[in-house]
Amino acid sequence: MLDNKGHPNRLGVWGWLGGGTWGLERYLYTLHRLTGLGLLLYFLLHIVVTSARAFGPEAWAASMGRVSGGVFVLGEFLVFAAFAFHASNGVRLILVELGFAIGNPIEPIYPYRTSVHEQRPLALGILVLAGLVLAAGGYNFLAHLSH
Amino acid sequence: MRDQRLWTWHVLAGLVILVFLGLHMTIMHLDIIFGFFNPGDAKPIDWVSVVGRARMGFFTVSYVVLLGAALFHGLYGLRNILFELGPARGVKSALNVVLTVGGVGLFVFGAWAAWTAGVLARSL
Repeated sequence: MLDNKGHPNRLGVWGWLGGGTWGLERYLYTLHRLTGLGLLLYFLLHIVVTSARAFGPEAWAASMGRVSGGVFVLGEFLVFAAFAFHASNGVRLILVELGFAIGNPIEPIYPYRTSVHEQRPLALGILVLAGLVLAAGGYNFLAHLSH
Repeated sequence: MRDQRLWTWHVLAGLVILVFLGLHMTIMHLDIIFGFFNPGDAKPIDWVSVVGRARMGFFTVSYVVLLGAALFHGLYGLRNILFELGPARGVKSALNVVLTVGGVGLFVFGAWAAWTAGVLARSL
């Protein structure tokens, strides 16, 4: 993707970070990218940290000891939250890309209508789904903390 | 055409991640609710749980598949974001090399760790 063919992103980072008045779906796009970058950063570190299991129980305990404590628990919960949103929104993006939940094609008659309002129930649905997954994860994290 | 093919792989990798990372998150972070693959009262990151999963060939395979799919999905997504910032052609080429070499290197290292952990777990 994406060689710009005559329409370069002159706004730089703000070109994709800022949603202006484009609506909910545009902010879901921004959040999808931010959570994706966060998950990628965590994942790259996760590969290194969890590779300690190949060296036996002492190495594993030492590696887990280096990433334990309050800050890491909070970080882990944020990673779980990012996963809940990124996965749910990813399902929406795939469905939309395949042509589901965007309504039927209509004649382009002025004033033109977008399919955004057709997509809105799906967008709200995935937010509810992400919220349910997050609530389950939050319960699990709090239950561990209280043990 | 090449980018279209890579984008299709990006979407397919997302589906693979949805399945295997969903399973991983359920085991690791919804353990009190579901309790999958964690023996007794052990936490998911306790050595006994790690060894128990590593003994199962399914987990070794799923870790390697997830590793490959997530590295491709994540690094290709990062490449798209960086390319949208409009870097010069030389920077794009350098990014392609760095992300490809870095991704392959991490895949080899992570796959080695998953395989070695499986061998170690079965020898205990």
